[in-house]
Amino acid sequence: MKRWLGLLLLLVAAVPCAMAAAEVVDDRGQRSRWADPPQRIVSLLPSVTESVCALGACDRLVGVDDYSNWPPQAKALPHVGGLEDANVERIVALRPQVVLLSRSARVSERLEALGLRVLAFEPDSLADLQRVLAQLGVLLGREAQAQALWREMNDGVERAAAKLPPAARGLRVYFEVASTPYAASESSFIGQLLARLGAANVVPGALGPFPKLNPEFVVKANPQLIMLGDRNTVPLATRPGWQGIDAIRRERICVFTPAQGDVLVRPGPRMPEAAQLMADCLARKSAGEGAAR
Amino acid sequence: MNRAGRISLVAGAMAALSLALLLLGLAIGSTGFEPVRLGGSDPVAWQIVWDIRLPRTVGAWMAGMLLGLGGALAQGLFRNPLADPYLLGSASGATLGVSLLLVLIGAVPAAGTLGLRLGMTGAAFVGAVLAVLITLAMARGVQQTLRLLLAGVVVSMVLGAAASLVVLWVPDIMRAMQAFMLGSTAFLGWPAVAVMAGALLLSLVPAVVLSRALDALTLGEASAASLGLAMPWVRAALIAALALATGAAVAQVGLVAFIGLVAPHLVRALVKSTHGALVLLASLMGGLLLLAADVLARWLLAPQELPVGVLTALLGGGYLLWLMNRGSR
Repeated sequence: MKRWLGLLLLLVAAVPCAMAAAEVVDDRGQRSRWADPPQRIVSLLPSVTESVCALGACDRLVGVDDYSNWPPQAKALPHVGGLEDANVERIVALRPQVVLLSRSARVSERLEALGLRVLAFEPDSLADLQRVLAQLGVLLGREAQAQALWREMNDGVERAAAKLPPAARGLRVYFEVASTPYAASESSFIGQLLARLGAANVVPGALGPFPKLNPEFVVKANPQLIMLGDRNTVPLATRPGWQGIDAIRRERICVFTPAQGDVLVRPGPRMPEAAQLMADCLARKSAGEGAAR
Repeated sequence: MNRAGRISLVAGAMAALSLALLLLGLAIGSTGFEPVRLGGSDPVAWQIVWDIRLPRTVGAWMAGMLLGLGGALAQGLFRNPLADPYLLGSASGATLGVSLLLVLIGAVPAAGTLGLRLGMTGAAFVGAVLAVLITLAMARGVQQTLRLLLAGVVVSMVLGAAASLVVLWVPDIMRAMQAFMLGSTAFLGWPAVAVMAGALLLSLVPAVVLSRALDALTLGEASAASLGLAMPWVRAALIAALALATGAAVAQVGLVAFIGLVAPHLVRALVKSTHGALVLLASLMGGLLLLAADVLARWLLAPQELPVGVLTALLGGGYLLWLMNRGSR
């Protein structure tokens, strides 16, 4: 009797395992079932490339987009064009079992018509990032690692925040993504990281994650600190009216290198590094201020 | 040689060149000649040749023919050698349609599935046709050429501005929009080829049948009417053909520059003919040009690719300039 019960238990436990095709929901809301984790993957998004590698599945990538440059392993993979000018022929020739790309990519229609499986992931906020990591974990059969990675990333952000001197908190910050100017608002992942570092974003989340601003808006908001990439090289003080902005008068401006910019604007596993970059900027600029006083 | 002989010679030469380029198009791509050599023995190689290279090559040819035809029709209808097929606002209408679709996909995932079903090509086609209809409404029909021309310019401007506004508000779609505006033949599949073949047939037939009206129009509106042609209907049919040809091409390959403008000019430089032969020859020339540009785009920087629209603008513009200078001497 006991033996039978054991066998029954074994069956009950084994059946779901055998049937447990992983179900993945992508950012288009499409559900797909995966009997086995895909072993040949093409990623067309740098942030997703980084996440796949952070989940220990870098060796399953067979091709990436032209902008995927981290980790170094990914850099060595075949590059198949950008997201909008992806090379269909090269992707097909790589025989991928799944292609990871963003929601609006035109290439997805074409790839699906050619019989390839496509998943769209496009994180805007930290909540999006958590969801995308979890779904990637399901897809790759690495759910536990995905959870651990998310915890680790958050701990990293907390550590960066904890080390900040009190003087660096509460600064009103303006984070410029592009010089047109486009900003990272409170509702973007960049804005949310800034908030966790105790900074106040001058661009409210209601405007959308990356709104296009009137330069006047920034003048009126009068940020105490400005962060931007060094591609936005138009000297800030020469913008009409900007010389009166607090951050510019006191030279509290952090200019990030392109490599640092990649870390900051990609919602992926290097989030703690991004938080540390911003924390360093906050600490450095507020300290300089203290010394000047 | 008489005129008819010269026309058939030019047509034959263009067809032969097109055929040669079609074959070349099968052999060129980022994975090189390898897939052709492997042929049927390898399913992926087979797919690359038959489902990627062939529809894309044939598709580029079809889209070029549509644009060449559109150009010949527009220049005949408006009696203006600078007219191009986008004149009635179809290009900016398509741009606006695509930008709205991209915003929809990005903003509401639920609407995204609907948007995906319509697709970029569907949105572009709807936008192009709506723009032409608005132009016709503003011009109060098809009767007055000048009114139509002005309405087309105004609609182009306004819809173009609206599209820019959408891109400005939702910068996420900027890269996708830029790709559309440059034009690309990279994503053409068999369904696209079928759609364009249908559109080509539907617009080429009225264009050829009604070409005598275009000949009459060269003498002026009044003369054309006095020749006993039912101008309102003829004009409406030709504008419908123009809108269909342009809309179908724009929807599938985006805003490919210059083909429609240049193709009729090149034909006129080669041979003097009536509009009946001109619309056919301009279609062939357009097809030849875009086909050549597509093959070049794949070959110049292989395994990378150039956007085909950039190439057509450079080559078409450069050649037209050379032609103009040669003519003035």
